[in-house]
Order: sequence, then C-alpha cells, then structure tokens
Amino acid sequence: MAERERKMTRPFGGVFVPRTTVMSQDDIDRAIWRMAHEILEHNHGVENLVIVGLQTGGVPLAARITSALEEITANDVPTGMIDVALHRDDIGLRPVLPEEVTDIPVDLTNKIVVLVDDVLFTGRTIRAALDALTSFGRPRSVQLAVMVDRGHRELPIRPDYVGKNIPTRRDEVVDATLEGVELGEMRK
Amino acid sequence: MTPKHLLSIDDLGREGIEEILGLTDSFVEVSARRIPKVPALRGKNIAWLFYEDSTRTRLSFETAAKRLSADTMNFSVGSSSVNKGESLRDTCLTISAMGVDAIVVRHRSAGVPWQIANWIDASVINAGDGWHEHPTQALLDTYTLRSHLGDLDGRHIAIVGDIKHSRVARSNLAAFTALGAEVTMVAPQTLLPPSLEGWNANVSHDLDAVLPTVDAIYLLRMQLERQTDALVPTLREYTDGYGLTTQRLAALGEKALIMHPGPMNRGVEICPEAADDPRSVITEQVANGVAVRMSVLFLLLGSGAEHEAGGLS
Amino acid sequence: MTNAVLRQSVLIRGGTVVDASGSRVADVLVGSDGMIEAVGEGLKGDLELDAGGCIVSPGFVDLHTHLREPGKEEAETIESGSRGGALGGFTALVAMPNTTPPMDCVGVVRDVIELGKTALTDIFPSAAITVGRAGEQLSPMAELAKLGVRIFTDDGTGVQDDLLMKRALEYSVGLAPFTGGASVVLAQHCEVAALSDGGFMHEGEWSSRLGIPGQPAEAEELMVMRDIALAKSTGARVHFQHMSTAGSVSLIRAAKAAGLPVTAEATTHHFTLTDAACASFDTVFKVHPPLRTDADVAAVKVGLADGTIDAIATDHAPHCAHDKEQPFDSAPPGMLGLETALALALTELDQPVEKVVGLLSWQAAKIAGIDDVHGCPIEPGRPANITVFDPAEAWTIDSSSFASKSTNCPYEGHNVKGRVRHTIVNGEPVVIDQEATR
Repeated sequence: MAERERKMTRPFGGVFVPRTTVMSQDDIDRAIWRMAHEILEHNHGVENLVIVGLQTGGVPLAARITSALEEITANDVPTGMIDVALHRDDIGLRPVLPEEVTDIPVDLTNKIVVLVDDVLFTGRTIRAALDALTSFGRPRSVQLAVMVDRGHRELPIRPDYVGKNIPTRRDEVVDATLEGVELGEMRK
Repeated sequence: MTPKHLLSIDDLGREGIEEILGLTDSFVEVSARRIPKVPALRGKNIAWLFYEDSTRTRLSFETAAKRLSADTMNFSVGSSSVNKGESLRDTCLTISAMGVDAIVVRHRSAGVPWQIANWIDASVINAGDGWHEHPTQALLDTYTLRSHLGDLDGRHIAIVGDIKHSRVARSNLAAFTALGAEVTMVAPQTLLPPSLEGWNANVSHDLDAVLPTVDAIYLLRMQLERQTDALVPTLREYTDGYGLTTQRLAALGEKALIMHPGPMNRGVEICPEAADDPRSVITEQVANGVAVRMSVLFLLLGSGAEHEAGGLS
Repeated sequence: MTNAVLRQSVLIRGGTVVDASGSRVADVLVGSDGMIEAVGEGLKGDLELDAGGCIVSPGFVDLHTHLREPGKEEAETIESGSRGGALGGFTALVAMPNTTPPMDCVGVVRDVIELGKTALTDIFPSAAITVGRAGEQLSPMAELAKLGVRIFTDDGTGVQDDLLMKRALEYSVGLAPFTGGASVVLAQHCEVAALSDGGFMHEGEWSSRLGIPGQPAEAEELMVMRDIALAKSTGARVHFQHMSTAGSVSLIRAAKAAGLPVTAEATTHHFTLTDAACASFDTVFKVHPPLRTDADVAAVKVGLADGTIDAIATDHAPHCAHDKEQPFDSAPPGMLGLETALALALTELDQPVEKVVGLLSWQAAKIAGIDDVHGCPIEPGRPANITVFDPAEAWTIDSSSFASKSTNCPYEGHNVKGRVRHTIVNGEPVVIDQEATR
C-alpha cells in the first residue's frame, strides 16, 4: 500500500505537504531499467519469473518493471498483484480494508517471485505479502524490489533491488509515484 | 462508518450494502485460492447460537469464519442449558462471559438479535429471526444478482411464494429496492402479509403475467404445513398457480435468472428442469454465501473500524 | 381498626372537591370513625393535609388489577400491589382471578379477601367464570357471590364456548338472593382464540413488517358482537374489559344506544401507545389485547369522551424482569399501570379533570358494585375513600421508584402531568405527600 494513501486513511487523514524532490521522473525511469537489468542478471533471464506488485503503490511500478523485462528479453513475463490487507499484523488496530482484488495469474510453485513495492519502511507490509503468497503455491524463491528504501525496519527484511536509499526521519512521509519521489510531511 | 452489528438490511442502507458487496469480491478471490485461508480474524472468537436448525446457514458461516482464521464455538441449543429453562438473556451473558467477539444468532422469534444486542458487548449478526429478517441471505442474493445483471437500478425481480412467513422475502425486498430494483411479490393472498402498507413492492396473483417481464425470479420455499394450516387448499393447486413449472420455464426470458434460497422442494415451487436450467444460479448463491459472510465478519470484526482512535504501528 | 392514625381526625385543607355532583372549593374533615364528618370552611382536624392547588376526589377504583398473589409473589403481592395502587390514587382494586391456583373457588377467594385486609387499599376479588379459567365448566358462582364477589371473569382468556357463556349469563341473573340483592356482572376478555392464538401483537402494518405473528382486531370484535347478542337475549349485565379496537368501541356504542345492559373499560395503554412501539422488540410492549393502531387509539379516546367507555382500568400486570427478558413470542404479556394511570389520563386524554375523575372513580365503582363505599360523593356520612392530587404537577416516569415489585412499565422516561399527593382509605391516610405511611 502506498505510504501516502495509508497515511490518509482514517483516522490519520491530513494533507501531504512536499518539502524536497528526491527523485525526478528521469531518475525513476533510469532506476526501473537498472533494476530490470539486475533482476535479469541475478536470475539468468526471465524463465520462471513472476512479477507481483503490492497494492496499491507497487502495482504501476511492477507493470513498468515487467514491460522493461519484456522489452529487454522479448519474452512474456507473468505479472500479478496482491492486496495484503487480509494478512496484515495490525488488523483491528487501524482501519484496513482490501482496496483491490488480489490477482495472481499462475500457480507460484517453483516460480521465482519478485515482489514490487514503492517504499520499504517497517517491513510489515512485505511480511504480510510473504504470508499471502503461501496461499498461491510454494515459490522457489521470493525477491524484493522497491523504488525507495527509507530505513526504520522493524522486521528482518531487506530488499534485493533498490531504486534509491533515502535516509528519513520516522515522522517524514515519502511520496513515490512513477512521476517522481518527494519527501515531506502530513499536515492536518 | 462500519456498524457494530448486522441486524437488518434497513440498517445498512444502499451505501452499507454496496460496501459489503464491494468487499465481497476480495473474498471470492480468497475462496478461489489454492489455500483459501487468510489470517485476518486470527484470535477472534465467534459463537454460533442457533435456536433453529439450519445446517446450511451455519455451515456457510462456519466456512466463512474458518477461511478468516477465526475461532468458533457452537452453542448447541438442543443439548444445552436452554432445555433446562435458562432464559435467553442468561444464555447470552454466559456466552459473552467466555469472551466472544461476535454472536451469530438464528431464532424462531422475530427480534431476538435486537434483544441480544442490547444485553451484550459483542457484535451480533442476525442469521435469521422468525419471519422477520435474514440479512446475509439478502446480501448473497444481491451479490449473485449483481454479478450477472450488473447495476440493479430499474431491474425487475419477482419474489414468488410464501412471503408472509418469509424472512428471506422481507430482507431481499429491502436489499433489492435499496439498490434501485423494482420488486413484484407474487403469491396467493393467504401467503401475503396481512398488511402491505409501507412495502415498496408491486403485488400480483398472476405469475404468468409477471414472468415475461422479470430479470430474475426468486422462488421461496413452500412448506408442507401451509396446506394443513389451510393457507392453500393443496400443494398441487399451489404449484399450478405459483410454481415455476416446465411451461412457465419456457415463458421466462432468455437471460432471466432463477433463484432459490434452498432447500428446494423440487416439483412444488420449482420443477427439476428449472432448478437445473442454465439460467438457474442456485448453487452460485450458496458459493457466494460464504464470501458474503466472510465480508460481513471481516467488516464487523477485522476492519479495525471500531478502533478509530488507534495508532499506526 | 386500632391504628393510632385512625383515631385522629384528618382535615384536607385548601383543595377543590370534585365528585359526581360537581366541583367546589372546600375543606374536607374526615372523622376518627373513618367517615366524612364535614365539608366546608373553618374546619379543624387533628392532622391537617395540605391540598393547595389540588383536586380532592372520591378514591379511584381499578376494575382490572393483577396482584399475582397467590402464586407469583416474586412479581407482585397483594401488599405491594395495593401500595402501588394507593400511590396511584386508588382506594379499591378489583383483583383478577388468573392467579395460581386461580380464584375459581371459595377457598382461594377467601384467602385473597383475608390477605386484602392488611393491604393499603380495599381489595375486591373477582372470580373466574369457569373452573380453572378453562372454559369448560361453570365455577360455583352463587357461593362466590355470597362471599362478596361481584365481578366474574376468565380474564387472560375469553370464554370461547358460546353456549357456556350463555348459560353463565343466564345463571348470573338469578344470583340476587346470594348477594343481598346486589347484581353481579360478567366481565369478558374478548378474544376469539381461533383467530388470535399464535399471535403476539396487533395484526397489521407493523406485525407484517416485523414478521411477528399478529392478533387481528376481529378476534376481539367477534366476541364483543357475540356477547352483545347474549346480553340482549339473556338480559344479563356484560362488562367488556380492555376494549382496544375502533370496531369494538362502535359495537358497544350501538349496544348502549339500543339500551342493552353493557359497560366497558379501556386501559391507559390502549389510549396512549400503538403497535409501532413493538418495533423495538422490547417485550415491555407485549400485552393482551395488543397495542393497536393510531386509529384505534383515537377511537378509544372518543369512546372515553362520549361515554361509550365507562371507566379507565389499568390492567396492571406485573412480570419479573427475567420473565420479560425472553423472545417476543415467549415473553408473558402485560404491563404495569397503577402508578401511572392518573397522570396518563390527565396528560393524554385532553378531557376536563371532572371527566377523568369520573372514569377513574365513581363510574368504575358502579360497575364493580362497590359504589356504596367507593366513588361516593364527598359529603358527610360517607366512607372516607378520598384521593388528593395535583393535576398540574409535572414529573418523569421512573419505574425504579415504583412500589410495585416489577418494573415492566412501558412509559419509562415519559414526561407527564398530574400526581397523587394524598390517598385516604376508609379514613386512614395511607399516602401523605406522595409517600406511603406504612
């Protein structure tokens, strides 16, 4: 789930006020191509690869990485999306409703799954996604690609492919889209 | 704002119905997974309090709860303290004291879920109260209709049969009309409620006239005791006037849906050919029942809406 | 009657006396013998009760009280019920016979009379028309009449068997030798069981919506019709209990116009509440006959205003909380009434106070056959059964403050006007300044 949207969910609310632009649209494009190449290098091609975007911020990014992979290799790469709302560990602590329907088009058994999200923060969303993936088969491996790693991990999770490492304060908000990445805060 | 209880369709209104149905898509997806189980309600405790036998509804709820990883306990009325003269309130306080998050109740007497909601802190879900309401049935029926017809605005649905004694008819009428459908109730006068004041429905005694105009025909179960109660002279005569017979099946629109809450009396309100017709969505209703009930349980117990002031982890 | 208070004379000072003969400002002196000694000005008594701003009226008579004793003393006793009655301004209560065992024989009725002697109000037992209120065999009406019973009823159910009811009415006509010349009356709970059994509220718009099986208006009206016909053929007096439908009111109006010896009562709840209240599924609103529609409420009010209905009765029916905390279909029917009747009548009826007092007092006393003791004009030489109430005092109904042992009051939190200040029963001030004296 995109951090901005999560922050705007009840009861937090407020308006995102950007302070600095940390990645431009060009930076994003270059990062996507680089990450696609790293994925290919690491996995020796696209065989058995499945790209899974996390709802909602990871989905457009996953689509871009998939099309980059397809352009580079001229092969189809299956892509899916997953909503982790039902797998989160903070259900009941704050409003969490599924926003989109999960769509995993293939059985994941023996596949190499690359999870894609916009911002990696505490790691709890990724934990939930790892849990959710087990309902769709037993992948050979699961890897993680994120556009921004902003630190403050609460779980032993690390990304395999990173667009940019951005040190942040806990109370700051990172707004990552395909148009760029901005750092700022929420105002009521 | 998520309600604490699910007692009636009227409480939900159009917005509430649409929220639950929208959420249901996610649970249809979960139900189709290789391992159709999510941890969303881990640690939540749900009690079944069924004063009336209803294996179908209880199994549907039970499946829904298990797919959400909730713990469940069955308060078996037949073999319990209820038979030892315990009052309804004491029974509910006892269950409540064990620490339940929700009680799913079915009772032969209208209003019992409302009474229970006044006595205990847990969420109360009405799984059918007397002739009054059966909201989850209406939600699953509405979900099934929408998955075939899309928007219900302006659609015409006939509810046929024993409307007087039917909680399904009352809840469905409320749900269908809340979403903009037009409803015609078709029944002999003896099986209509004594007063239809305030009912947002057309009434007809002529199924053959209504049949060609409907987008869906919803048949209610015809109980054998209605004959002994002199509400219909014979079941044969009922079938002749109000059953979906093979002749009527031919008059039904090509795309019209055939629905039934089950269990069916084949040969009474519905002929076997109609039950097995491609237009029949009766088994789909059952499948959707699980997803809709997951949606309801999750919304009441898992969405965290009751913790508006909670903090982000 | 050696009570110390009784030896005193009591002066009711500063009120407006209202009785069947009209109203006038006067003080009332009650002698130590329990009789009214003087009515006028410049009187002196041992005990003075302030009646400033108050109406001083003949004591109220409830034709329809369920005191639950014997058999269900945890819900009410004759003592607690009479305490509530006295606080509500009643000086006499007619006890309904659906006790356990039922008041259908000399033994039980004598027991109730005995228990009633220590009550705060006079207690007049009614007795069942049929043995066990089962509708099959007549109770020993002459024996019971000899004990003092003047009202026979199977209340809680109507006598279903047409022939048996006709025989009961015929028999009642010849009971004068056993009563010292007074007549008795058969009071009917009008409900044709075949139409109403299995119903738990009024059959109509709300029962249809709520999916609660209904009791149709005609279940009551058919029995009213039958008993009017039987009153005509037998010449016997018939009293119609708790009339609740517009149809019943019309039938009785016509019967009275035809000169038939019929009387009728209406309860406070049937002119203040409707079946819409059942939408809460709160069993406090479950009652027999059921709460009806707005049109029925309006008709009952007209009936009370034009004299078709002779008396306001409470049908005070206490039930323990745990009995009421059941599903709507299995909870027992009935609601409290004694401590709210006057206020509801004054608040809801829109009738002059003289009219309301007549409905609560002397008109009821006449039906009960006790008008020689209760509901009498306030004049010297009469038994001092007197109610003093402030018709304007506003208060909020709170059943936890009631004397009744039960709390099944449907008016919780209602704002009403009119409150009893003092009640004098046979010369004894049993309620002074809204408090029972014993």
